[in-house]
Amino acid sequence: MRSLIDIQELTTSEIEELIAVSEDIIAHPEKFSQKCAGKKLATLFFEPSTRTRLSFEAAMYELGGNVIGFSEGASSSSAKGESVVDTVKTVSCYADIIAMRHHKEGAPLVASLKAGIPLINAGDGGHNHPTQTLADLFTIKKEKGGFENLVIGLCGDLKFGRTVHSLISALSRYENIKFVLISPEELAIPDYIKEEILKKKNIEYTEVSEMQDVMPELDILYMTRVQKERFFNEADYIRLRDSYILNNEKLLNAKKDLSILHPLPRVNEIAVEVDADPRACYFKQVLNGKYIRMALILKLLEVEV
Amino acid sequence: MIIGQIKNGIVLDHITAGKGMDLYQILGLDKLECQVAIIKNADSAKLGKKDIIKINEVIDINFDAIGYVDPRVTVNIINDGKLIKRTRIQMPEIIEDIIICKNPRCITTTEQDIKHVFKLTDREKGIYRCIYCESKAE
Repeated sequence: MRSLIDIQELTTSEIEELIAVSEDIIAHPEKFSQKCAGKKLATLFFEPSTRTRLSFEAAMYELGGNVIGFSEGASSSSAKGESVVDTVKTVSCYADIIAMRHHKEGAPLVASLKAGIPLINAGDGGHNHPTQTLADLFTIKKEKGGFENLVIGLCGDLKFGRTVHSLISALSRYENIKFVLISPEELAIPDYIKEEILKKKNIEYTEVSEMQDVMPELDILYMTRVQKERFFNEADYIRLRDSYILNNEKLLNAKKDLSILHPLPRVNEIAVEVDADPRACYFKQVLNGKYIRMALILKLLEVEV
Repeated sequence: MIIGQIKNGIVLDHITAGKGMDLYQILGLDKLECQVAIIKNADSAKLGKKDIIKINEVIDINFDAIGYVDPRVTVNIINDGKLIKRTRIQMPEIIEDIIICKNPRCITTTEQDIKHVFKLTDREKGIYRCIYCESKAE
C-alpha cells in the first residue's frame, strides 16, 4: 500500500510511467472507463479548492469509480475538534483511496501513517502539492519534449507557493536545469529549498526581483498567485499582490517557444490578454492534471493498465 | 575549584563550553533528587575549555538528546568509583519528542498525541528538520 505525500517519493521512471499511462488514457479513454468500477475515492478538502478537487473527482468518475467526501473543513467533524487521524481512520472504513487537502503543513503525512488505505496529498498549506507538480511535469513534457536543458523562471510568491516547491524538487533530478527565481524579497524561496535541493544538488539558480530583464533566457515561465490566505496580515498582502503581473508587453522580448504555466487560480498576475498567446499553457495544464491524476489513482490502487 | 569524585553515577564529559546548561535542561536533570554538578569552562587539553556534568546516580540517559545538543560529549558510567563504560555520542538520524516544531503552520501545533519528529538532513552543519513541514529545528 502506497501513498503520495511528496513528489520526491516517485522515482524518475515512475513519473515517466505515469506520463505514459496519461498519454494512453488520452489516446484510448474507453480502455480505462471501467478500471475503477466498484472503487471509491474520498476527497477530504479541509481547505477550499476548485480545480484540484474537481479534477480528482472527474478523474475517478472517468475511471468508472465513485466519489465521497467534503469540500471544506467546516462541513466535517474537524469543525467539532476531531483530529485529522480520527477523520482518516473513519473515512478509511468507507473508501478505497483518499485525496486530502489541509491548511496545516504535514497533515497528509500524519494522516497517511494511520489511514490504512492509499492517501494522496492534494496540497498541505504552503508546503507540498505533488499532483499539481505531476500536471506541471506532464505539461512540460508535452510542450518541450522532455525535462533536460531548460531554463525555468518561477515568478511571484515563491515563499508560500507550494507548487513551486514541489516543482523545483521534481525538476532538480534532471540534467542541465537552471532556475531563475523572480520574487520580492519578502516572498523569496524558503531556505530549505535552497539548502536541501539547489545547493546540495549543485543546481544553477539566480534570484532576481524583476521579471523583464530575465525574460529572453527563459524556456518556461511558471507564474504563481500571491495568496492572501498565506499571509498573517492584510497590509503585507495588499502591498505585494500586484508586484508581478505578466502582460503582452512584458512578453515582447520572450522566446518564441516560451511556455507560460500557472497552477491557477489566477487573480490578476496574468493579464487576460495573454490567454490568446499560443505560449499560454495554463488551461492545458488543467486538463493534463485530470489525466495524470487518473494515472496516479490507478497506480496507487494497483490496478493493472 | 575542586568537585569531588562520584562513586556511582554518570559523568558527561567534553561538553562544548557553554552547552552544559542546554544539556541540563533538555535531559530534565532539574527533576532529579540526587546531586548534580555542572562545571562550566573547565580546562581541557583537547578543547581548551569544556563543560562537565556529574550526576551522582545512574539514571536513564537520552543519548539522542545529547547527540542533538552536542555530539562531542562522552558519557562515562561510574560504578564503585571506577569507570566501567565510556560511550562516544553520535548525531542521531532521527530525534523524537526532544524538541518541538516552532512553525505555526505545522500540523504538530494542532493535532493531538502526535510525536514531534525531526530528521538529520545535513550532518556537516548539524541541521535537523521537522518531518512534517521541513522547518529547521531551532
